[in-house]
Amino acid sequence: MSQVPADLRYTRSHEWVRQLPDGSVEVGITDHAQAALGDLVFVEVPEGGRTVGSGDAFAVVESVKAASDVYAPIAGEVISGNDALATRPELINEEPYGQGYIARLRPGSAAEIEGLLDAAQYTAHLASEA
Amino acid sequence: MRQTEPVIFELSRPGRSARSQQPAAAQVNIPESLKRRQPPRLPEVSELQAVRHYTRLSQLNFSIDTNFYPLGSCTMKYNPKVCNSLAMLPEFLARHPLAPESTGQGFLSCMYELQGMLEAVTGMKAVSLTPMAGAQGEFAGVAMIRAYHRARGDLQRDEIIVPEAAHGTNPATATMCGMKVREIPCGEDGDVDVAALEAALGPRTAGIMLTNPSTLGVFERRIRDIAAKVHAAGGLLYYDGANLNAILGKVRPGDMGFDVIHMNLHKTFSTPHGGGGPGSGAVGVSERLRPFLPVPVVGRDGGRYRWLDERDLPQTIGRLSGFMGNAGVLLRAYVYMRILGREGMREVAEYSTLNANYLLARLRAIGYEPAYPGRRASHEFIITLQRQAREQGVTAMDFAKRLLDHGYHAPTTYFPLLVPECLLIEPTETEAREELDGFIAAMASLLEEASREPEKLKGAPWTTPVRRLDDVRAARQLDLTWQASPAA
Repeated sequence: MSQVPADLRYTRSHEWVRQLPDGSVEVGITDHAQAALGDLVFVEVPEGGRTVGSGDAFAVVESVKAASDVYAPIAGEVISGNDALATRPELINEEPYGQGYIARLRPGSAAEIEGLLDAAQYTAHLASEA
Repeated sequence: MRQTEPVIFELSRPGRSARSQQPAAAQVNIPESLKRRQPPRLPEVSELQAVRHYTRLSQLNFSIDTNFYPLGSCTMKYNPKVCNSLAMLPEFLARHPLAPESTGQGFLSCMYELQGMLEAVTGMKAVSLTPMAGAQGEFAGVAMIRAYHRARGDLQRDEIIVPEAAHGTNPATATMCGMKVREIPCGEDGDVDVAALEAALGPRTAGIMLTNPSTLGVFERRIRDIAAKVHAAGGLLYYDGANLNAILGKVRPGDMGFDVIHMNLHKTFSTPHGGGGPGSGAVGVSERLRPFLPVPVVGRDGGRYRWLDERDLPQTIGRLSGFMGNAGVLLRAYVYMRILGREGMREVAEYSTLNANYLLARLRAIGYEPAYPGRRASHEFIITLQRQAREQGVTAMDFAKRLLDHGYHAPTTYFPLLVPECLLIEPTETEAREELDGFIAAMASLLEEASREPEKLKGAPWTTPVRRLDDVRAARQLDLTWQASPAA
């Protein structure tokens, strides 16, 4: 079974959001998503300063199987992309919830985060897709 | 048969050569300053060594001339030899693309008739043959949609709707043309989710990109309804010709309401395919997009054929290539269509769908799971190996690799992305029943192995010149150069 940390929020399209103490958030793709994609060979992360809408394609992950868009889980402004992924895309496979995060965002509204799935809801979503 | 062949530089020995391989004496005076200071590092081998080397390499090739090639979405059909012979006539080969129109009336008449045949079979009003490949045809199509909206002063239309069952290249094309992609889902039965389409349509809709039958291998049944809704919202419909083989002579994109279509002549119209081309991505348009066609197009004034260019089509999106596409490829498609005729076109669609449905029914009977069990296949279909992956730990990739040991090219794997652990299988109309039966027998033995000896699949291929490659490392640390080791 894939890991679904209890302290994160999730989307149905398999992104996660971590709220940081300063009000910003980290976003990435879930353990389930990285396992489904397989070994990643290329990641394109958004540049700092870019404004994204909820559901906008804001990053690209590419494995030997497929290239997929990553959707912004919430609206906001990109603080920085995780540039380490340019040379080490495998970080997403190794630590999807840690060093393999995709970007930091400044959320447009805190309420939008509350509207995302919690760990239990996301686990149920995974079960329904299987 | 020998299974490997060294790089030709490994065969090289100093001073070994043959007169046939030596360059003709220099005919021009090259200034001293432009001459290279060291001779190029070319391999030095005898003529026989060179002949054997390249003959052996050709024997290691997998091709439609040697084996069955059921690569879904790619339409790897047989290319009749007569198309090649006629396109290779010296009068065609020796013709310079800039030769005067008066000396090329024969060639121009072939291109003019090819445009006309493509219009007739797709139901479009005009065709341009210039795009050099499918991707360029797609680019031309969306560029024309953009030019159309701009010409009307409708500048806010910057969104292209792409259903998830569209061809995989469509979002990239829309993005290349500066459009925003809006993806919409498909329903359980594979058809477009019309409610989601309605929600996505609006004053920013430039158009929608569809292929029908879709990448899921099923015919979009509500296409007329979809076309009416998109047109009512002010958008245009783009038809990706990837799956045209299934409907040739039966249904026409123009009649379904499409405004622009690109055709892969290297798929549907049997010009050589693979190995990097050359391809051909001719585009056809409805009346309202005619002014924007890429130039040149072949026109006819009285009894004479001539190139139409920017003077004839001032609103054209412009030129896409140095001249007018791949002339030799276009000639092959022309011969193919002339040989088939109207009746033959229809039979292409009938036999390609019959072959696909035969394979689907037989594979289902021996235990394979169709992705859309309630739907009839078009010219291709999807099976999912999700159950085998879960229960036996063997993946679609393992099945694909094991097929190579049986002498079959693997079907398309892991595409479309919507279906987990999938194989997309397209037999085409040119395979005989016995060939299909052989493939079915091989697939049956794979199922057997999956339950009894799964390691046979996981370790495959066993008999090919190279075994399973580390494609992750190849992508992450790409290095295409070869250098002699210092010791050699």
